[in-house]
Amino acid sequence: MLLFLANIGWTMRSYKRDGYYESVLGFQHIPKATVWAFYAAFLMLLAVTHLTSRSAPEEFLLRLPEWFKLSVDVIFRDARIYFGLSVAAFVGMIVWREFLTRDTVGWILFNVGCLFLGLSMTDYDFRQIVGKPDNVPIVGMLFIGGYFTWLYFKKAVDNDRRVAEGRPLAEQELKEQVLVWPDLVYTEMLCMILLTALLIVWGVFLQAPLEEPGQAVKTPNPSKAPWYFLGLQEMLVYFDPWLAGVVLPLVIVQGLMAIPYIDFNKKGNGYYSFADRKFSVIIFLFGFIPLWVGMIVLGTFIRGPNWNMFGLYEFWDVHKLEVLNNRNLSEIIWVVNLEQPLPKPDPASGLISQCLAIFMREGVGILMVIGYFMALPNLMALTFLRKFYVRMGVIRYMVLANLLLFMALLPIKMVLRWAFNLKYIVAIPEWFFNI
Amino acid sequence: MSIGETIRNSQIWRSIFRHPAPTDRRNRAVVVLTNFFLHLHPVSAQKGGIALSYTWCMGGVTFFLFLVEALTGVLLMFYYRPTLEWAFTDIRALRDVTTLGIMREIHRWGAHAMVITVWLHMYRVFLTGSYKPPREFNWVIGVLLLVLTLLLSFTGYLLPWDQLAIWAITVGSNMARAHPVLGHEGPGFQLLNIGGYDLITNASDARFLLLGARNVGEETLNRFYILHCVAIPVVVSLLIAIHFWRVRKDGGISQPL
Repeated sequence: MLLFLANIGWTMRSYKRDGYYESVLGFQHIPKATVWAFYAAFLMLLAVTHLTSRSAPEEFLLRLPEWFKLSVDVIFRDARIYFGLSVAAFVGMIVWREFLTRDTVGWILFNVGCLFLGLSMTDYDFRQIVGKPDNVPIVGMLFIGGYFTWLYFKKAVDNDRRVAEGRPLAEQELKEQVLVWPDLVYTEMLCMILLTALLIVWGVFLQAPLEEPGQAVKTPNPSKAPWYFLGLQEMLVYFDPWLAGVVLPLVIVQGLMAIPYIDFNKKGNGYYSFADRKFSVIIFLFGFIPLWVGMIVLGTFIRGPNWNMFGLYEFWDVHKLEVLNNRNLSEIIWVVNLEQPLPKPDPASGLISQCLAIFMREGVGILMVIGYFMALPNLMALTFLRKFYVRMGVIRYMVLANLLLFMALLPIKMVLRWAFNLKYIVAIPEWFFNI
Repeated sequence: MSIGETIRNSQIWRSIFRHPAPTDRRNRAVVVLTNFFLHLHPVSAQKGGIALSYTWCMGGVTFFLFLVEALTGVLLMFYYRPTLEWAFTDIRALRDVTTLGIMREIHRWGAHAMVITVWLHMYRVFLTGSYKPPREFNWVIGVLLLVLTLLLSFTGYLLPWDQLAIWAITVGSNMARAHPVLGHEGPGFQLLNIGGYDLITNASDARFLLLGARNVGEETLNRFYILHCVAIPVVVSLLIAIHFWRVRKDGGISQPL
């Protein structure tokens, strides 16, 4: 097993090594190329040493220093830092898009990614999580998705520059009509052959997971949903199942379906562009990258036993204790601020008096939620979304505003949880109704 | 006469392929129009519209993976029995002793890859603004296909009947318990009652509908098996057909009409 994993590391190293030669050839300036050549030679030497010595991953010459592991662990162990940094990286990606889409920068980013992964593979705990067969596609997705995001920004930056300079778009320069046979059909066939080969190689080298036979009495810790639903499972930390598992997924699906009907911007159809449709691209990328993919990464690689968070290089200790001292908004108001016991609905009394007592207790939270969904869209229409409101009309605007607010619910609830240990804004366990 | 020519001139070959490989413009147009498989395509397209760096080929890759899943899935169905007694053993035998048991690996990795490529396809369609008029409805069909792809993968996850499978499905399907009004631990389930008796219990709620039982058990296995192998693929095939048809009728994969 160790040997097999070590081989993965080696393959990756040699793969990188080959790539480096290409990049060296690609550079015309000698000084730059020398730097790359030294780097490539260093990696080659390293790979050859490992290939000949056949050592276990723990004995690799180049390993991550402990201080680096510890600092990475600190970042990943804490949802606040993790989410904060992922949002910061997201903003950085958009602000510095022109710098980041240069070829050299992209190549360096890719190298950093490969080195990070390759060297992390020398860590036992990291390998346990990332090397799980079902997690391999996620690592692949990060690289492929990252590449395509980079490609998008590259093309968009290029097109935006063309528009600014009054030149035709890149896509318009290729308006020429070509016959589908052979220009498209051959591409398709190549794709199919390559994919078939990839799947067979993948299937030969990586066995599909099969654990012990299923037993209803033996609950694994942690119990995780299939990986593509881990973003939803992560929402369970912040919301009740009826919201995280039913309402919010339905809103996501409806929101996706609603996109063509609420995006009134006619520009940006049929070419890559950022400047022509900043608002929609930023919202969509924010939903897809930090919220969807980011939460999947969090749920897959970081959530361990008892749904605690563990650093990438940390042992999944079942006995790790985290202080959980979350309070409902009603408790903060009544017990902490007013120093009174919570009003209790009397089960023996009638329905109306029970409702009144619950409303007494949860009134502030209920009003806040109603205000959030009923008053805030109107306020936004009057202020910074005024243009949208005017151009979209009432119904389309309201759909957009509510979808945006639903999307913002998760970050808002996260921040509230971290800042005030807030559990529920509205907590009516009598009716299984918690927000 | 070379061997290749002999074969190409034989009666059998010519009965299957009625024409030689098209080399001139007219025949290349005709072959796309008259071939059953190729007629999904238009005869010609804009060079920029079919460039790999523009399309990422993710929609096509997804469709191809769907075909791979269908093929390997049918082969697996010959072997696998969806009962508590045999499900796990059959999968283990596929791993250990069965010739071509690699079909299971291809099926599983293909499924993961398909989920990813569907996302990337949606990503590309969004980033090129290809959902804009006149293609709004095709985007909606695409979202439905995305959801169905996830459901296909989810229902298939249970079939190996190992610890990974049954607990992932348990975690996933527990959500249905909290469905508003229709789940027995969801808000408002008390609203559906007759004379003080709740209609929504753990034996009649949304989760029960999904699992066919109070817990993940043999009924669930059967239910998921049929959903996975018959019900969802039929719907998906239909929607794929409409999806492709609309691409053609809406004037290609993107750009305004």
